[in-house]
Amino acid sequence: MVSVLNANVLIGEDKLDTPVYTACCSDLMSDVLAFVDEKTVLITGLTNPHVVRTSEMLDLKCIVFARGKIPTEDILESADEQGLVVLATKQTAFSTCGILYEMGMRGVPVPEQWEKKDK
Amino acid sequence: MELMFTESYHVARADYTSAGHASASIKRQLKQIGVGGDVLRRVAVASYEVELNLVIHSLGGDLTLNVYPDCVELISSDTGPGIPDLKLAMKEGYSTANEMARSLGFGAGMGLPNMKRNADEFDIKSTVGVGTTITMGFHLRGN
Repeated sequence: MVSVLNANVLIGEDKLDTPVYTACCSDLMSDVLAFVDEKTVLITGLTNPHVVRTSEMLDLKCIVFARGKIPTEDILESADEQGLVVLATKQTAFSTCGILYEMGMRGVPVPEQWEKKDK
Repeated sequence: MELMFTESYHVARADYTSAGHASASIKRQLKQIGVGGDVLRRVAVASYEVELNLVIHSLGGDLTLNVYPDCVELISSDTGPGIPDLKLAMKEGYSTANEMARSLGFGAGMGLPNMKRNADEFDIKSTVGVGTTITMGFHLRGN
């Protein structure tokens, strides 16, 4: 991920071999809390402390900040305490998703109850 | 049923900076007790959602964690303003959150339905002008 996104590793250089299987791209932490599991990469353009707190609650392993955004030092410290890997890429969120999708990464499965609701 | 552990946290109205601290502490406490995996994550998510609701919507309230041998209970109790239409509030996508909450990535109208989805038992009671109490239970089978 680091090389294809030409990303800077802001936190978690020693945890880059942590496996992740799915990705979720959102600036809406409400949505992230609603349907993401722990093996997911969060791609976001939002850089407030709640991004890290949301990740903490869900036991996420990796956050990618898109569009060249870098969170403040206190947010990074908190991410470090959580054992997260934090990457920053200059790619837009859309391009970040496209690049990771091309690599074989897929989105979070739609929860069963949402599929039922649509029928 | 024997109460093994209890702790209460006060959550202040509009304190967006501290929002999430109570839930982080609840998650740590449960981890220490030995609760893990899926249940721990569901409690953490529901706790964070309810704590955010206290900050965003209430006049302030308390979040209480009760641990019993076979279940974890979360009780959120606030002092108002109360929810006029509970059925509408439980609908995904319906939100009365302000701009501040939305700018932080919340207020998408997912909070209450998400709490209900994560909890094994969910009960909400609200009286306008008095307050709202949400009680959630999480079974500890096999934990």
